Amino acid sequence: MKIRLFYFGRPRETLNTSGEIVEAPDGLSTLAELLAWLRARGQIWEQELAENRVRCAINQEFAAISAPIRDNDEVAFFSPISGG
Amino acid sequence: MNVSIQTEDFDLALELAALRASSAKAGALVSFVGLVRDFSGDQAIENITLEHYPGMSAKALEKIVAEACERWKLLGVRVIHRVGTLLPNEQIVLVATASEHRGDAFAACEFIMDYLKTSAPFWKREQTHQDTEWLVTKEADIQRAKRWQA
Repeated sequence: MKIRLFYFGRPRETLNTSGEIVEAPDGLSTLAELLAWLRARGQIWEQELAENRVRCAINQEFAAISAPIRDNDEVAFFSPISGG
Repeated sequence: MNVSIQTEDFDLALELAALRASSAKAGALVSFVGLVRDFSGDQAIENITLEHYPGMSAKALEKIVAEACERWKLLGVRVIHRVGTLLPNEQIVLVATASEHRGDAFAACEFIMDYLKTSAPFWKREQTHQDTEWLVTKEADIQRAKRWQA
């Protein structure tokens, strides 16, 4: 399943990437599973994408970690918002 | 366009004049301007940098404005949120509302600001002399937003 990923805020800076397109393995069906797959990349990914730290959006709507992901979704991971 | 996200500064007088001109029946104009503070705790702020999620940020602001227009009788709304690097005392955000009577304009302005703080995808990074810190959503702001839930 193809997922367009964006990173904003602290994850973008720490992971040194604003986004990428990934081919997620078959069987991944939720944001939580996608995060776990990305966390396996290494220590810094494990820290930045910890479930209690990261916030998410799917197709530009805020989403809970348990939300399902589908082929061609736009998924964003970011730190808790702090605008205004 | 009643919602703008931009790097450029805005002129409050011009924005209010435009809002007034477009709201013939208005008896009240209310505005809020958020500024960059010069201190955070005991540390002097050198600058802040505001980042946003292009596409989602404008939609989020428009959704908040739409909800405000449903809940209160408003004749006009103007929201501007700046992004980029800003210095202490610079303007960050403008929320202005126009209505026939002041109750609606006051309430809607506060509502829009409270929801913007907790549901619009913007992120602030604070630069002090010693370090940089990505600010996170404040519990106080979450509580303020909850007050508006029916």
